[in-house]
Amino acid sequence: MSSALYDFISSYNYYVIIFLMISGLFIVVSRGNMVKKLVGLALFQTSVYILYISPGKILNGTAPILDDGYSIYSSPFPHVLILTAIVVGIATLALGLSLVIRVNEEFGTIEEDELFDNELNNE
Amino acid sequence: MNEHAPALVVMLPIIGAVLIMLIRHNNLNWGIALLSGISTIYYSIILYLNARSVGTISYAMGGWEPPVGIEYRIDEFNSLLIALIAIVSFLILVYAKSSLNIELKKNKISTFYSMYLLCLGGLIGILSTGDAFNAFVFLEISSLATYVIISMGNDRRGLLAAYQYLIIGTIGATLYVIGVGLIFIITGSLNLYDISLKLADIELYRPLLASLAFITVGIALKIALFPLHAWLPNAYAFAPSVGTAFLASTATKVAIYLLIKYLYLVYGFDLVYSNQIFIFVVLSLSIIAMFGASMIAIFQRNLKKLFAYSSVAQIGYITLGIGIANYSGLIGSTVHIINHSIIKAAIFLAIGCLVFSSKIVNIDQLAGLGKRMPMVAVCITVSSLSLIGVPGTVGFISKWYLVLGSLEQGLWIVVFALAVSSILALIYVGRIIELIWFHTPVGGMVSQNKIPFEMIAVTVLMTIATIYFGIDTRLTGDLAKIAVENVLLGEQL
Repeated sequence: MSSALYDFISSYNYYVIIFLMISGLFIVVSRGNMVKKLVGLALFQTSVYILYISPGKILNGTAPILDDGYSIYSSPFPHVLILTAIVVGIATLALGLSLVIRVNEEFGTIEEDELFDNELNNE
Repeated sequence: MNEHAPALVVMLPIIGAVLIMLIRHNNLNWGIALLSGISTIYYSIILYLNARSVGTISYAMGGWEPPVGIEYRIDEFNSLLIALIAIVSFLILVYAKSSLNIELKKNKISTFYSMYLLCLGGLIGILSTGDAFNAFVFLEISSLATYVIISMGNDRRGLLAAYQYLIIGTIGATLYVIGVGLIFIITGSLNLYDISLKLADIELYRPLLASLAFITVGIALKIALFPLHAWLPNAYAFAPSVGTAFLASTATKVAIYLLIKYLYLVYGFDLVYSNQIFIFVVLSLSIIAMFGASMIAIFQRNLKKLFAYSSVAQIGYITLGIGIANYSGLIGSTVHIINHSIIKAAIFLAIGCLVFSSKIVNIDQLAGLGKRMPMVAVCITVSSLSLIGVPGTVGFISKWYLVLGSLEQGLWIVVFALAVSSILALIYVGRIIELIWFHTPVGGMVSQNKIPFEMIAVTVLMTIATIYFGIDTRLTGDLAKIAVENVLLGEQL
C-alpha cells in the first residue's frame, strides 16, 4: 500500500498534467461557445508547459546560477523552450480571439452550433 | 554568402514579410515579395547542388554548435522540397497581384503578401531545421500565417474556416509538442540527429511508442489525413484563390515531409515498421482516405471544395506509400509530393482565373466553359486528368510507383484500392469535363473581366509542367529516387 502511495506521489506532477490536458481538450470538444473553446485550448497548451518544466527539476538542485556554494542545478533548458512556447501560445490565443471578434461582427453570434449549421454545411 | 544558404532560405522570406508590413504600398510590396521569392529560389538551388556534391550539410545556427545549439541539416531530400516549394510559391506570387486586386479589399493586400512570405519562411524552416522544438516553432509560424490567409477573403465564411483550422491546428501542434516532450524526457536531447543516435540504446519501449503516437497524430492533423481532415475543405474553399493554390501545393506537403523525417530518420525504419499495428493504421487510413474523400468529392457542388476533398484523397496516396514502406512505395510518395503540388497549383490557379473573370464558384456554372474561355478550360481539363493518373501526366508516374511498391509487398488489396479510387476520381473529374466541353453555356454567364496575361501564363506553365514531368521524369522521378536512396534508405541498402 505504501509503495503504491509512493509511486503516486513521486509522479504526482504527471497526474496533474494529464488531468489538465484532458480537461482542456474536453472543453475544446464539448463547448460550442467560441471563446470557451479558446479557454480550453489555452488550458491544453499550458498543461504541456508543465510537462516540459517538471522533468527539468532536479532534487536538491537550485536555480541554474553559478555559485561556489552549490554544485547541483536544475536544468535551465526546458524553461528556455517553454518561454518560446508561451509566446507561441499567446500569439495563437490573440489571433483566435481576434477571429472571434470578427465572427461576432459579421454573424452576430459566437455559438458554433448556429454558425456551422447555417453557414458552412448548407451548400 | 553561400555557406549561410541554410539560414538565408528561411530568413529571406521572413525579412521580406517584415519589410512589407512596414512599407504598406500594394504594388511596391508585390515587387518586394517577388524579390525575396526569387532570391529564396536562388539559394535553395545552391543548397540542393551543395547537398548533391558534398552530402549532408550541417549548419550551426548562430554559431552554437549542435547538439546544444539549433542545427540545420540539409540533405538531398529536404533541399529538393525546399527548391520545389520556393519555385511553386514564387510562380503563385507572380500570379497573385491581379487576383488579389479582385478578391481582397485594397487595405488587406499588403498584409496578405506579408503573411504569404511568413508562411513560406515557416514552411522552409520546417523542412530545413534539424531541431525538434525549432520545427514546432516554424510549424506555428506557418500555421498562424495560414489562419490569417484563410480569413482574409471577401467570403465571410473564411473567418469560420480559419477559426476551425486554428482550433484543430493548435491541437495538432500541441500534440506534436507533447510527443517531442516525451522524447526530450527520454533522451535529454532535441536535436533530431542526436535523438536518432540515442534512441538506438533506449530500452524504454513504451514511452517511445507514446511519443511516436503523439507526434504522428499531431502531424496527421496538419497533413489532413482522413479522419483528421475536417478543417481542410472549408479552409481551401473560403480562402482567397491565391491562398488556396499556395496552401494546397505547399503546406500539407511540408507536414508530410516532417512525418517521413520522424518515421525514417528519427525513430528509424526498424522501430516503426516492426510495429504491425502502426503499419495497419497508416495503410487502412490511407485507403479510407482514397475512397471516402473521393466519394464525398463526387457530391460537392462548390468547385474549390470538390478539389479540396480530392486533395484529402491524394494525401491518402502519399501516406499509402509511407505505409507500404519499400523502395518503390517511398519513391511513389516522394514523387507524388512533388507531382501533387504541381497538379493542385495548376487546378487552383485555373479556378482563380475563373473567379477573376466571372466569379464562378459552383460547378454548374462551368457549363460551356470550353467555348467561352478555352485556355482556362484546357488547363482545368488537363490538370484534372493528371489527378486521375492518365498515362502521359504526372499522376500516372506516382501511381505507377505506388502500384509497383504494393505488388512487391504482395499487397493485392492495395492495388485494387488504387484502381477503384482512380475510378472514383474519374467520376468527379468526368462530371467537370462533361460540363466544360459538352454543355451549352447558361444564359447570363458572360465573361466580365479579361484575365491578365501573367495569370494565364502561370496557369498554363503549371499545366504544361503536369504533362512535361509526366513524360520526362528526369527532374522529378530521378531526383526523388536519389533522395530516397541516399537519405531515407541510406542505412537499409
